[in-house]
Amino acid sequence: MTAMVKAEAVHKAFGFNHVLRGIELEVQRGEVMCVVGPSGSGKSTLLRCINHLETIDSGRLMVDGELVGYRERGERLYEMKPRDIARQRANVGMVFQHFNLFPHMTALGNIIEAPCRVKRLPRDQAEERGLALLAQVGLAGRENSYPRQLSGGQQQRVAIARALAMEPKLMLFDEPTSALDPELVGEVLAVMRDLAKSGMTMFVVTHEMGFAREVGDQLVFMDGGIVVESGTPRDVIENPQHERTRAFLSKVL
Amino acid sequence: MRHPGRWAGAVVVAVLAAMLVNSFVQNPQYHWRTQWHYIFTRPILDGVVTTLELTVLAMVIGVVGGIALAIARLSPNPILSGASWLYIWVFRGTPVLVQIVMWFDLSYLFPHISIGLPFGPQLVTWNTNSLISNFTAAVLALGLNEAAYMAEIVRAGILSVDEGQTEAASALGMGRSLTMRRVVLPQAMRFIVPPTGNETISMLKTSSLAAFISVSELFQQGQNIISRTYITIPILIMVSIWYLAMTSVLTIGQFYVERHYGRGAYRFAKRATLPERIWRAIRYNRPHDHLAPGGGG
Repeated sequence: MTAMVKAEAVHKAFGFNHVLRGIELEVQRGEVMCVVGPSGSGKSTLLRCINHLETIDSGRLMVDGELVGYRERGERLYEMKPRDIARQRANVGMVFQHFNLFPHMTALGNIIEAPCRVKRLPRDQAEERGLALLAQVGLAGRENSYPRQLSGGQQQRVAIARALAMEPKLMLFDEPTSALDPELVGEVLAVMRDLAKSGMTMFVVTHEMGFAREVGDQLVFMDGGIVVESGTPRDVIENPQHERTRAFLSKVL
Repeated sequence: MRHPGRWAGAVVVAVLAAMLVNSFVQNPQYHWRTQWHYIFTRPILDGVVTTLELTVLAMVIGVVGGIALAIARLSPNPILSGASWLYIWVFRGTPVLVQIVMWFDLSYLFPHISIGLPFGPQLVTWNTNSLISNFTAAVLALGLNEAAYMAEIVRAGILSVDEGQTEAASALGMGRSLTMRRVVLPQAMRFIVPPTGNETISMLKTSSLAAFISVSELFQQGQNIISRTYITIPILIMVSIWYLAMTSVLTIGQFYVERHYGRGAYRFAKRATLPERIWRAIRYNRPHDHLAPGGGG
């Protein structure tokens, strides 16, 4: 069976800043992959590459056996047309650190926007599903609230529901709890935990070591644009092999 | 006395105001009766309607053109963004009155306008002078000039929308034009609408330049009366009263449009109503009052 995410020797540079220096990793279907590492280690860039929000300079990055954002012709890779890139992205949900909800739309409006406009789902069907998703993230009854009227934790849960509304086969989380007040972190992690239990394949960039240990199937430690260490969360956290991993863990645990 | 300068200023202003009011009452040259006689006559009312038509049509061209120019200006395609830059440079860099006369005299350059293939056979041909009346020339000139100004306003509005919004839309599989229409522009509106209201008010007054090419708008109709009666300033005052009335109505309309596009921008759904805002403006706009409560000013 093909892996849900597969990275082979992925390189990415912003000008002279070589952010990703040959990333190799694989996420199987239904797995939760947690990526940790110091800031500037390239973990968020890698996550954004998986959705082609960033282009890659070399290597191959595949989601569900399909190259992300590129088409292979002979030996060379060509960037896809915007329409095909959009089609790929529609299958991958993304949750941002700063939520990025649409402030001029209600919670329900945020959720049904893409299903209605991109998937052309009839409005009543989209609304029905949207309400169910709001209930799933514990926000039944808040469908008419605007983002500004919700707490950070509630906004992030709406953002998760919005991503789920496209019925993605993979969910990307970019430090989903980093912008939240400490007392609001739990409610978002609880929703993510339920999502993992339901069998969703998840790629989570996070600082929440507790979550990684409890929910993650794989833990990857990145530093300086490479995967320094990977394995089961228990192994990596309790028995780190590399000095850099030990140094990082001693700071965050 | 705590504020001698303020008091002295207030006294000077009060005296000047009293003198002005006195002149209104005493000076027969104001011809208040004549003004009243003409203010609701057919030509003036027609002029008001024409002024409104000019304003609305020119603003429609300005807004639509401005959005198109702004999107072109932000396009990754260098020909589109370069053309947009050039347009804005030319139309903002020349006087609108000159542009009005140029459109009026377009037949000098192009006596005929036709639809057909570029450099190839023409299908339909019109005489330029019959196609572009002086009203059309004024609308085109005012509208296309306005588009250059609106383009900058729209561009600033689009750039003010957080990049995360476009990324979130992209991540949901929304394309560039859908993202623009559904996510970016509605949010940019909050920044675009207030200056657009100002532009509309400005356009209402600038449209009087159309009198230069004999469009029968409000100012031109006033001048027609002046040329018959030789009563200059009183008729111009009457015309100004009409302009003031129209700009005042537009200002009120602007408030409600702004409130509509402010949706979701405030934590609480309801904002202050107009009377409340006016009261607050009167109450709190005096400097120091809200900055240093209780402090000796």
